Amino acid sequence: MDRNEWPLWEVFIRSRSGLDHKHCGSLHAPDARMALQNARDIYTRRMEGVSIWVVRSDQIHASDPEAKPEMFDPAEDKIYRHPTFYKLPPEVDHM
Amino acid sequence: MYTQAIDLPNQDPDARKGEAQAPDNPDYQAQFDATLERGDFIEPKDWMPEGYRKTLVRQISQHAHSEIVGMLPEGNWITRAPTLKRKAILLAKVQDEGGHGLYLYAAAETLGVSRDALIEALHSGKAKYSSIFNYPTLTWADIGAIGWLVDGAAIMNQIPLTRCSYGPYARAMIRICKEESFHQRQGFDLLLTMMRGTPQQRAMVQDAVNRWWWPVLMMFGPHDGASTHGEQSARWGIKRISNDDLRQKFVDATVPQARVLGVTLPDPQLRWNEARGHWDFGPIDWQEFWNVVNGHGPCARERIAERVKAHEDGAWVREAALAYARKRIAAKGTPSPSTGWGEGEARSAKHEVRISGAA
Amino acid sequence: MSRAAANRAKPDPHIEYLLRLADSPLILGQRLSEWCGHAPVLEEDLALANTALDLIGQARLLLTHAGAQEGAGRDEDQLAFLRSEREFRSCTLVELPNGDFARTVLRNFLFSAYQLPLWEGLLASRDAQLAAIAAKSLKEARYHLRHAADWVVRLGAGTEESHRRMHAALDYLWPFTAELFAGDAVEEAAAAAGVGVTGSSLQTRWEATVLPVLQEAGLSAPARTPFLSQGKLGVHSEHMGHLLAEMQTMQRAYPGARW
Repeated sequence: MDRNEWPLWEVFIRSRSGLDHKHCGSLHAPDARMALQNARDIYTRRMEGVSIWVVRSDQIHASDPEAKPEMFDPAEDKIYRHPTFYKLPPEVDHM
Repeated sequence: MYTQAIDLPNQDPDARKGEAQAPDNPDYQAQFDATLERGDFIEPKDWMPEGYRKTLVRQISQHAHSEIVGMLPEGNWITRAPTLKRKAILLAKVQDEGGHGLYLYAAAETLGVSRDALIEALHSGKAKYSSIFNYPTLTWADIGAIGWLVDGAAIMNQIPLTRCSYGPYARAMIRICKEESFHQRQGFDLLLTMMRGTPQQRAMVQDAVNRWWWPVLMMFGPHDGASTHGEQSARWGIKRISNDDLRQKFVDATVPQARVLGVTLPDPQLRWNEARGHWDFGPIDWQEFWNVVNGHGPCARERIAERVKAHEDGAWVREAALAYARKRIAAKGTPSPSTGWGEGEARSAKHEVRISGAA
Repeated sequence: MSRAAANRAKPDPHIEYLLRLADSPLILGQRLSEWCGHAPVLEEDLALANTALDLIGQARLLLTHAGAQEGAGRDEDQLAFLRSEREFRSCTLVELPNGDFARTVLRNFLFSAYQLPLWEGLLASRDAQLAAIAAKSLKEARYHLRHAADWVVRLGAGTEESHRRMHAALDYLWPFTAELFAGDAVEEAAAAAGVGVTGSSLQTRWEATVLPVLQEAGLSAPARTPFLSQGKLGVHSEHMGHLLAEMQTMQRAYPGARW
């Protein structure tokens, strides 16, 4: 990264209380305070948010896409973790 | 749309930074192909052919540049808007366009290129932007014409892109499309008000339409036969509908709108073709198109000069903000307390205690 | 004579006061919108446009209210586009050219630091519509103040060049702030009627906001001089004529047209 460029930040917005923060994009800012203010102007102009998180992009650690098989496939065959695996009599199926 | 799918020499803006990508490997290629086949998305850090990555960087950044340069012809009229309502609407629209540029630069950066590098390419003339913005806004009616016709054309192209195979680009396009329809509606509304006004106002609208119609048709790019990118981009899920098909869709949608406005589209060969079920229209002046694309448009030099000036004039500001941030880090300081609004950590200390102390 | 002409002959202090409140955000909004597409970084293009939109929004509400109070059928546009320079009640500070980014953010800072106690004071106005406008505008002013203050600090304490420019901006703008707190009959009447607040009542709060930020930015307030601008009395600087010529051109060129 060019030493003279403003760092890149990832922006997460909670659009309504009760929901998670969701990643919605990135922006450049010199520091966290400015990043928060810029995020407000860029990503919540149409009242799309009640809470903003910003994280410097280089602070995000991501799983390796090439490791997708070992990371995520094992979950595929443990279908007993999902409620739909269990067939119950209709009278109690609302559980 | 703002990309016009044109192949021009010396156009590669992108300096690949960061880690080397895994070499072309038949397994990765097969996985990539299968993903596209399924209609699934490619995300950042997924393996992708270098050609796919380069095409996306070029297309996304061209789109971003267009939004940014597009702020200038409209920005030209903000201080002279004839009512306060129109002033506010235009300011909000131009602000949106800046925002769209931002979303798109952000999407392009996920492909390993920095915004600064992309901007450098724009300023040096290596990267292109939609040639439509090389035309001048001479009257207030031009603002309406841009909203109605230019944004109308953009929407035609943008909707299919919401299903583009590259995740960040598709998501940026969804966000953009949500905001775009207000842009077209306000343009049409502006013109409709004028067409219901004085003879001078009506003449102003017709004059604007006469000047913008053909350049707007050129926005869709060369005829499909003359375009070199179409097939590969289609296979990669980047370009889903051809230039000519999009252009036809646009004409078909716009002719009835022109009728509602009461303006004449400046094409004596415009005629409904019952057999085809479409509007026939006259030949496009491709000489003008290539002249403008090659940098000889009426405002081309001014637009770039303005962007370069803004960037250069602003260098000391960007440097100062960085210098301040670095000083604070060096001093291990926290954000300024004097204004009294320190933003907290995402999870406060109080919150932590409550969790660990839960019965 | 017409009601409007009668009002101009013997101005109603309530309406005069409303026009003062309206005209400053209008003119400052106009100035800030000149930055569109020219800011030092894209993120700031959006921030400046956001501030301009807020200010124009405040002006629209206040002008509409003033026009309604006047009862002569003048709407927000007639007031904005058809009044002459002498009839504008904006303070001179806001009509000055934007200058560089340092001057722009410093002016935003100085002005929003003034709007903050102003809107707070007006929450209790006997003019219910004005109180409602104040409530909305207060939130906006808080945000403008935060953003502008952050820039003043970053530029004041950034590099030598940014400090130099901020210092020059402060020297240039400071004298025009005296007008914000200079009292007169219009403000006295508004305060006495429970409708408005006097500028002088805001000065202490303003200094309490402004001086610490200037200090943190490594700047010190210039000494006060006898200079007192008179924009709110309708006597503007040479800059106002050009600004209004540009702003009002369409309505002057096409009288009576609807847009």
